[in-house]
Amino acid sequence: MSASQTKLYRDEAIILRTQKLGEADRIITLLTKEHGRIRGVAKGVRRTMSKFGARLEPGSHVDIQMHSGKTFDTITQVEAIMNYGEALTEDYQRWTIAHAILETAERFTQQEEEPAQQEFQLVVGGMKALAENRYDSSLILDAFLLRSLSIGGYEPSMTACSRCEKPGPHRYFSLVGGGSVCMDCRPSASATASSEALELMQALLKGDWDVAEKSEPRHRREASGLVTAYLQWHLERGLRSLPMVERA
Amino acid sequence: MSTGMYEGAIQDLIDALGRLPGIGPKSAQRIAFHILQSDSEIAANLVEAVRTVKERVKFCTQCGNVSEETECRICRDPRRDGTKICVVEESKDVIAIERTREFRGKYHVLGGAISPIDGIGPDQLRIRELMQRLSDSTITEIILATDPNLEGEATATYLARLIKPMGINVSRLASGLPVGGDLEYADEVTLGRAFEGRTNL
Repeated sequence: MSASQTKLYRDEAIILRTQKLGEADRIITLLTKEHGRIRGVAKGVRRTMSKFGARLEPGSHVDIQMHSGKTFDTITQVEAIMNYGEALTEDYQRWTIAHAILETAERFTQQEEEPAQQEFQLVVGGMKALAENRYDSSLILDAFLLRSLSIGGYEPSMTACSRCEKPGPHRYFSLVGGGSVCMDCRPSASATASSEALELMQALLKGDWDVAEKSEPRHRREASGLVTAYLQWHLERGLRSLPMVERA
Repeated sequence: MSTGMYEGAIQDLIDALGRLPGIGPKSAQRIAFHILQSDSEIAANLVEAVRTVKERVKFCTQCGNVSEETECRICRDPRRDGTKICVVEESKDVIAIERTREFRGKYHVLGGAISPIDGIGPDQLRIRELMQRLSDSTITEIILATDPNLEGEATATYLARLIKPMGINVSRLASGLPVGGDLEYADEVTLGRAFEGRTNL
């Protein structure tokens, strides 16, 4: 462990998941800036008198102090940077999207304590955009999923054929084949994709929100379908929160 | 735990006890030896209590609370106000609210809170049963008493969105400062809520 000498360490983190432990404790899964994904025990946070229970909720961006232990590290102090989750509970759709973002982040950081700074920044950005209601929330989710795939090394090709690199756009999209595929290379189980949906996905990945916001609802639905299918294929095990997301 | 040090029955008992919440291998061993050394009557009572609880206790068909009959004591009580329903997550929460003696209406136990990341959505909770109860026109108020954490808040938001269009008054438990504490130790979320929900004197 990197902080084994000092025992105490401090980091910036976003809370991914909380689980009950014993009488009044919780196990908190955090995605930290420097230490990657870690799990820590927060003692007594379920009691109504708890001084930091409110800050340790899914989606909260916090400044945290941890004490390293044998199996779990213990959370000793928490200061809130932004309680994104708190703002999101008032809107059920956006809250389910927040859960999908947090679950995806957990799945893309498989190894505990392996620094994942890009993913961390991405989650913070996604939660911020969602809490501020900056763009259509369904688009925020798809942008987040595409960029997570990209950081994880699974970026789908959206223009050139992923097999022969023939410049596109192509009409076929393959989960197995890594995205866009040309007529000649397409595997048998390829879906068809409209050029508008592919253009939208490209815009979401690159952060070109002007283009993304101009897209039509039917192309958004198509892009969402392609992105989630592609994601589920690469994660092997499906995300539990994704079927509960209310798409606009 | 699987590498048992004792033989046969005593190890079986230690293993069984160790599976209970909050009981580790050491506590399990201590309890097992306590049972072994105590009167056989005490052990028999324990066995009997465990058996009857599994046999007799069911869930109330109305509210979902634990009950020995098809309907629980609160649902059967004619003195309780049937126009108000208080929605809680667990049976334990019913007892917590009953202790206040503030509420004389009836309850509805959801069996948890919505948490998509854990695979719990509206369909996994007793929300459909609640909506069925609401089709009875005598109900005028719903009090949402889910836990004051994010899952509880989101569940309340979801329920309010479903129930409000039916013309039923929906309220949410206030949250704020705990009685007997110091203001300076309150976290900003709780203190913020207390400000939002301040009352006129």
